[in-house]
Amino acid sequence: MKPLHLKTFTATSCIGRGLVQTLGSLSGQRSGLRPCEFETARLDTYVGEVAEVDSQAIPAPLRRYDCRNNRLAELALNEDGFLEAVNAVAGRWGARRIGVILGTSTAGILQTEQAYRRRDALSGALPAEFDYGATQNSFSVADYVRRRLMLEGPAVVISSACASSAKVFASARRFLESGLIDAAVVGGVDSLCLTTLYGFDSLQLTSKAPCRPFDVARDGISIGEAAAFALLEREPKSLDADDVLLLGVGESNDAYHMSAPHPEGLGARMAMRAALASANLDADAIDYINLHGTATPSNDRSESHAVTAVFGPMTPCSSTKGATGHTLGAAGALEAVICALALQNRLMPGGVQTSQVDPLLTAHYLKENRRYPLARVLSNSFGFGGTNCSLIFGRAE
Amino acid sequence: MNFSAYVEGIGVLGPGLEGWPEAAAILTDCRAYRSAATVLEAPALLPAAERRRTGRVVKLAIGIGLEATRQAGMNPADLPSVFSSSGADGHNCHEICLALAAASREISPTRFANSVHNAAAGYWSIATGSMCASNVLCAFDASFGAGLLEAVAHVCVEREPVLLAAYDSEYPQPLHAKRPIPEAFGIALVLASEQRSSSIARIAISMTESASDTLVEPQLEALRLSIPAARGLPLLRQLALREHGRTTLDYLDDTRLAIEVSPCR
Repeated sequence: MKPLHLKTFTATSCIGRGLVQTLGSLSGQRSGLRPCEFETARLDTYVGEVAEVDSQAIPAPLRRYDCRNNRLAELALNEDGFLEAVNAVAGRWGARRIGVILGTSTAGILQTEQAYRRRDALSGALPAEFDYGATQNSFSVADYVRRRLMLEGPAVVISSACASSAKVFASARRFLESGLIDAAVVGGVDSLCLTTLYGFDSLQLTSKAPCRPFDVARDGISIGEAAAFALLEREPKSLDADDVLLLGVGESNDAYHMSAPHPEGLGARMAMRAALASANLDADAIDYINLHGTATPSNDRSESHAVTAVFGPMTPCSSTKGATGHTLGAAGALEAVICALALQNRLMPGGVQTSQVDPLLTAHYLKENRRYPLARVLSNSFGFGGTNCSLIFGRAE
Repeated sequence: MNFSAYVEGIGVLGPGLEGWPEAAAILTDCRAYRSAATVLEAPALLPAAERRRTGRVVKLAIGIGLEATRQAGMNPADLPSVFSSSGADGHNCHEICLALAAASREISPTRFANSVHNAAAGYWSIATGSMCASNVLCAFDASFGAGLLEAVAHVCVEREPVLLAAYDSEYPQPLHAKRPIPEAFGIALVLASEQRSSSIARIAISMTESASDTLVEPQLEALRLSIPAARGLPLLRQLALREHGRTTLDYLDDTRLAIEVSPCR
């Protein structure tokens, strides 16, 4: 594929609001996971909650979009000069030539969960003020961001569970390469809700402790929330050495099971190989892998098999979910931003919370940060339904 | 790059619309339209355990996908796919919200796994054995247009055939009052980059601000307006006419899709 330029990017999660705080937490190997006190949830688990979401306001003209998910989006959009960068690009190409392609798994479903608790005692009707289209519907976040940024190009939400906001890069690449648009706002926004907290609990996939990816004693995920955005353009003629490019994308399906990964990670291998092929790179060109690494026993086993099959046992890799929690539909975009920070700051972030790496997992898992002049990194995102996506990012050099 | 593709196969299921031949006859006024409950079959391709777990929206997506790929003479296992829907399984969503509003908050693990927007794509890949990429989209009322743009972009850039399945199904009350989609309805298209002897038509898409086409038959027009996937019906009508023409489909509030349709046979 033709490389794409990440002109600007930003991320907000429980490890930080914006890039400076996020990098600070990664450098200091700090985790944002805390015992769950979210809403009315009574669950013995840890979550990665973003503290400022509750007090974030939605601009008055867009009040009907007010829900936790769009507040989180608004919070993140205000960091790292992202709004200004989009404005400048819109000025150059025109608002109609900029697409909005965002990933989410649950959008504003929390609004519906709360509305169901306030059903009319007699008729069972939902409260009058509940606005399905602006909050619950998956598209609400792209609709909100498009209006907020005053863009007029194509807009869509990709919702393929925990691979959603990795796949936005693949779609943006097709839109840019086909000439449909000249720039794309891509990203992922997923916020805490009862559906995922109680849902993963029902599948016995949540840990009672902060999640420990690739640990011998790993026993499940910690759910987090995040919003991460990038502004993508075709590769310009001149770039700074520290500019970050999207070099490759690979997508596949397991065709195996709705909520369990293929045991040997067959689909994951296909996605990583497809990403390498689209970047026209061999496996040894990758310096670091940001794993999906959710910390469930089967996910990590399957991913370790797949990574070792494609890269051998030497390529350093880690999961940043011990720090951020699993931010589900936002994980792909959040970890894309972490990869971009890793490239620019010559940092392989060690996986926090993991004390003893499972000896049965043969991938080269990093527990400690490592300073290294990274040239190219790969990020994995896999989801329910057996959907897989791998992305390759590189420094422009 | 020309933003265009060849239509290789078509699948349709909806109230009183059982498959493409019947829908084509109705859309070209060769047969009267009579609304009736959408007929959905349990997908025989799925293993029994999975088949029991599928909701209406999954049956719908697999049904239209199989009709379109059969007509295209292609093996679904070889086809990347684009699934586009305004909502996922509305009944499943309702049951989860009910359970979360109750004191015990016990939700079924199967219901949770089926709550993902990409459930239909997941079951499709299990049913057909397709390990190809699939993309799962939502754009509220613009979901048909969004799916069509993604599918045509895929064809143009990857130079390979792709299956588009756009489908929607109803929510039960009380959500139905907030999102009154009346019935299950879906359209599937197999699109390709190269013309073949069996190609049905070439479609070329551009953005426009002009008004979208409506349907003359009042019940069909009501269907078009009430179900996001049915916003694609004017395109199906133009394809059924088998004559050169231009049709305009609803997309986002401020943008519509102009589609130039050129029959191949």
